[in-house]
Amino acid sequence: MKYLSEFRDPDAAKALHKNIELAASKLSEPVKIMEICGSHTVSIFKAGIKSLLPSNVTLVSGPGCPVCVTAMEDMDRMIALSGMAQEKNLTIATFGDMVRVPGSFTSLEKERAKGADVRVTASPLDALRWAQQNPDREVTFLGVGFETTSPTIAATVARAKDDNISNFSVYPAFKLLPPALAALLNSDDVAIDAFICPGHVSVMLGADTYRPVAAKYGKPCVIAGFEPLDIMLGISVALNLLVNKQHEVYNTYKRAVTDEGNRTAMDLLMKIFRPVDAPWRGLGYIPDSGLDFRDSYAEFNAITRYGLSEVETGSDPPGCACGDVLRGVMDPPQCHLFGNECNPESPIGSCMVSSEGSCAAWYRYSE
Amino acid sequence: MTTDDRILISHGSGGKKSQELTERIFLKYFNDPALLLMNDQAVMDIDAKKIAISTDTYTIDPIFFPGGNIGSLSVHGTVNDVAMSGATPVAMSAGFILEEGLMLSDLEKIAESMSVAAGEAGVRIVTADTKVVARGAADRIFINTTGIGILDGKTNISGQAAKIGDRVILSGTIGDHGIAIASSREGIEFSTPVVSDSASLNYLVQTLLEAVPEGVHVMRDPTRGGLATVLNEIASQSSVGILIEEAKIPLKEAVIGACELFGFDPLYLANEGKMVAFVRESDAEQALEALKSHPLGRDAMIIGEVVDNHPSKVVLATLMGGRRLVDRLTGDMLPRIC
Ligand code: SF4
Ligand code: SF4
Repeated sequence: MKYLSEFRDPDAAKALHKNIELAASKLSEPVKIMEICGSHTVSIFKAGIKSLLPSNVTLVSGPGCPVCVTAMEDMDRMIALSGMAQEKNLTIATFGDMVRVPGSFTSLEKERAKGADVRVTASPLDALRWAQQNPDREVTFLGVGFETTSPTIAATVARAKDDNISNFSVYPAFKLLPPALAALLNSDDVAIDAFICPGHVSVMLGADTYRPVAAKYGKPCVIAGFEPLDIMLGISVALNLLVNKQHEVYNTYKRAVTDEGNRTAMDLLMKIFRPVDAPWRGLGYIPDSGLDFRDSYAEFNAITRYGLSEVETGSDPPGCACGDVLRGVMDPPQCHLFGNECNPESPIGSCMVSSEGSCAAWYRYSE
Repeated sequence: MTTDDRILISHGSGGKKSQELTERIFLKYFNDPALLLMNDQAVMDIDAKKIAISTDTYTIDPIFFPGGNIGSLSVHGTVNDVAMSGATPVAMSAGFILEEGLMLSDLEKIAESMSVAAGEAGVRIVTADTKVVARGAADRIFINTTGIGILDGKTNISGQAAKIGDRVILSGTIGDHGIAIASSREGIEFSTPVVSDSASLNYLVQTLLEAVPEGVHVMRDPTRGGLATVLNEIASQSSVGILIEEAKIPLKEAVIGACELFGFDPLYLANEGKMVAFVRESDAEQALEALKSHPLGRDAMIIGEVVDNHPSKVVLATLMGGRRLVDRLTGDMLPRIC
């Protein structure tokens, strides 16, 4: 029996902590570092990393959880689709976190309780298999995710086409990370000095993706893995880059991330989908930040198949500050619904639902 | 009856088939004199002023898992619930809800391991009942139990009794049961397979209480909801703060790996053969030694203490040197999606 794995070595943590303090002492002004991804946010909270940071270094969470950033209009349409499920003999397949996100009127969870066939899976291939096994039913997969998840879904669509499985479709609500970063940096009230970029998305995108952001906006981007030590290393590198005014991309996760990323996966993604302007929760429409089916795969689009653009959609819940939370301009406890009306058991906004949403992480782990 | 016989609705009719089932399986393994009288109740002589009673219902998927099955689990769980009050468990009941179609050979294995588990714990199964329900109305087999234990009158152990300064002692590694279940459910195998820790803790408790008869304030077994949930319950019942150290919490390497794979936090995983004890500071080392002297407490550690700040909250000092809240579990643990 061992108490620790090598990624959790307290001595290494102490050394990195010293490094962080040293770099921070050389900063001329306080800095704000954004960890873009929800998985990083949770790892940071779970390891208590925020409590270790010097007072002139702040970490804020970014728009990196696909569940959190799914716009209300997409949520409402997906839920409306589940409302048609019984009449249309339809199965909805979705990632688990989506089930509890409240829409304007109801949620997938409530529709499921009324009899809609809503099934949770971590794999789009499961959904395709259900379609294959039940030719008399339709199966729709709710397609959320960044470049980490979307290539797998693209591969599933390609398989459906090759195998002529016509009772399968996908609701495309995918998001692309680089345009979102650019949009963040273009907005006036966002003051971020550096980014910690998620390892897994970067495996697909490659380190080169961040070079334009680093160069154009002068913000260091550090790619980091998900273990607590990976993240501490990422923070310490980011601080050193800031101290030395080096606005570059630094890859601390070379064990998995290359400069050019996974071209095969990205090419497949772009063969099936094309970039389109897309709505984000709290951020509005961002140019070329979403994906829609290319014409040759349009038959798999659940939005057109079920006429979902006609569905009535609502707006974000009143008082919910998810938008400001996702942009890193507000910490969740500053939202006046936080912890009172809004908690993980009865969430109001998506950031409180998703297991890696920023509000849920603050609620769970913050003293 | 042959090996591929199954439970039929008629096994629950009260008629001949029922009798056949009782004789073929239950009386074969449950042969306590009180039960053999075949009355609807057991009459026992218990010489005590104070008794502890607990009831629980067991449903688990899969019903057979690495390290046990629903039958052994139901005995261990019942014994532990009683033992955590400081009582000596003496007897239990068992009620079975069987789904039509259950393999009789499976039922037999379950009954047999109940009888073995009860024997090991020195607990009599004194009364039992069976109902059969139609296919789909239950998931193969549910077991309801009631356990009875005798208190010697000296011990005053309860969730309200944690005091500032108490040391928190954990009897061994956590998460083994949760991971054994999750991996057999998902069909995932690890190079070192994780086996459920399901076990009766009454003798471990006895060893502890003999070593420090006055020193134990709280005992609890971190079953569903795990260590985090149990510590939160005690913190709020006793209105005290609890500070635990991540570095002190024993974890098997394979459990750490599996948690990463599934996206679980071991603090919330179920255990079926572990206990936490809150022991006054002056008795803590002796209590630890006593636990370690017993095979089920070999890996015991002092993992933290009761503190006078943050009342009703549990805080973890992390391996990274930081601190964070350990919240109660809300909702199901969902696997990560990206
Ligand atoms: S909550 Fe789920 S979807 Fe959001 S970042 Fe985490 S893993 Fe990804
Ligand atoms: S606390 Fe709730 S209401 Fe407030 S921003 Fe977060 S999710 Fe929205």
